[in-house]
Amino acid sequence: MTVRTRITRQKRIDWCWGYGMILPLLAGLGVFYFYPVFKVFRDSLYNVGAFNRSTWAGLGNYVKMFNDQVMWRSLGNTMMYAVIIIPLTVILALVLAALLNTKIKGRDVFRVIYFIPTVTMAAAIAMVWRWIFNGDFGILNHLVKLFGGQPQYWLSDESTALLCISIVSVWMGVGYNMIILLAGIQGISSAYYEAAELEGAGKIRQFFSITIPLVSPTIFFVMITTVISTLQIFDVIYMMIPTKSLAMSYVQSVVMYFYRNAFELSAKGYASAIAVLLFVIIMLLTLFQMRLQKRWVHYD
Amino acid sequence: MENRLTRSRPGRRIDPGKGVVYAVLILGCAITLAPFIWMFLTSMKTQVEAVSIPPSILPRRWNLDAYTTLPDKLPFFRMYWNTILTSLIIVAGQLLLCSVAGYAFGRIRFPGRGFLFILTLSVLMIPSSFLILPQYLIIQRMGLLNTLHAIYLPNLFSAFGTFLMRQFFMSIPQELEDAARIDGCGHGRIYLRIMLPLIKPGLVSLGVLTLRFAWNNLMWPMIVNTEKAKMTLSAGLSYLQGQYITDYPSIMAGALLATIPLIIVYAIFQRQFIEGIALTGIK
Repeated sequence: MTVRTRITRQKRIDWCWGYGMILPLLAGLGVFYFYPVFKVFRDSLYNVGAFNRSTWAGLGNYVKMFNDQVMWRSLGNTMMYAVIIIPLTVILALVLAALLNTKIKGRDVFRVIYFIPTVTMAAAIAMVWRWIFNGDFGILNHLVKLFGGQPQYWLSDESTALLCISIVSVWMGVGYNMIILLAGIQGISSAYYEAAELEGAGKIRQFFSITIPLVSPTIFFVMITTVISTLQIFDVIYMMIPTKSLAMSYVQSVVMYFYRNAFELSAKGYASAIAVLLFVIIMLLTLFQMRLQKRWVHYD
Repeated sequence: MENRLTRSRPGRRIDPGKGVVYAVLILGCAITLAPFIWMFLTSMKTQVEAVSIPPSILPRRWNLDAYTTLPDKLPFFRMYWNTILTSLIIVAGQLLLCSVAGYAFGRIRFPGRGFLFILTLSVLMIPSSFLILPQYLIIQRMGLLNTLHAIYLPNLFSAFGTFLMRQFFMSIPQELEDAARIDGCGHGRIYLRIMLPLIKPGLVSLGVLTLRFAWNNLMWPMIVNTEKAKMTLSAGLSYLQGQYITDYPSIMAGALLATIPLIIVYAIFQRQFIEGIALTGIK
């Protein structure tokens, strides 16, 4: 009897510690994460005007979104970013990780250098790229002229602006993913490679038949995070293209359009509806990838 | 066939495959570093030289005007301080809150633990830009717009960090805890004295990731603080670029100064940084 009461007393103490220790976190998540989720869905059904006074709009914001050409264009641009940035980032990161896993001199130096873009501020580095791409005084046009090419207004031309922003995003994203993939590749037992070597398989063959399948769970992780971050592309666009310029429409992403509605046009209800759409798209794409992973991801 | 045999034989001959590997890696380094070099070179030029045609690669005369005049254009030191302070608060806050909650989720049994943990994890599924508008409205209602509190407050709480910490706590063997229990330690003591020192790699990983995020974050600091004296560096740069559109040396000087501290921190803690990032990829 006394033993039992002691145990329950201990249990009570445990419970108190347990709840006490998660309370600060859950309180913060409640205020800044859970309530906002509810609030976005609610606001998307209202017209939120000046002083945040809101009137019921029903599905009005969604209907407006459906008929909004700019919204469709932003969605199309975002998909273009995804199509360009995601494969390039993942493939380059994978190739670099594989190369850095070979026995070469200066491996650590390469690792350090490739990682630098990952720790630098997107805002700062986007300004440098904007300066490089500058149509009048940019160094890129100077190089193009040296090689006999035609100088361009890279960032205001419809055919190049989105591509330039994509290149900068890839440049910034490769290092981060490379490090994660390198950690995965280093976890592969060298016995596989030795066996392949004995069988006479070349390095390229080994890359496709050993490295890729065995590191596929890490590739999957990298894909999921890259998809989520690319669909929310904002910093680079904001820093490279003036908001009110014509070129903005060529490069505007969904988050950029959301930002302008929410904080420049003060159309907070409409912005909320855009946020909901983005949320749904990201959710669907993530679920889709989860489904697809059974086809190509190998877990031991 | 012949070729393959000679290649596998140990010798001092340079492998042509290796040559290609080096060429690719060095080209990659050049592409990675070029913007930084160009940023530095431009910042050392005069405004007139920066926009001369054809552009000069090296500055004709190295001068620091862009740096010395920067404080006139922008309260740069203030922004530095704001960035350092808010970044440190975010890192310290996340380490504390996430490790405390992670300990409870990983090591203490209490009713509803599973549900509350799933609830916490559900936050991971929400894209950050989805939350930014209501978060802004909450900060506004709290009367905290244009204060430093606005910058760090929502970022103190991290579901991802809690998950990471929980994984680390769970990897510690139960015997250690039992032994401490027998010695009469409560959860507070066990967390602080026994567990926390053991999960140091986890704390470093989370700290590194959080610092990188806090220092570089753009959208949130930009919308909550529009007063120059309350801006962080990234928001300040966006202001600088908007105001001094063609003063390229100043813009580049600002960009360089804003990125340098984190590059230095990274150079010092390079190993921990890379391990920290790598650890988060492990499922």
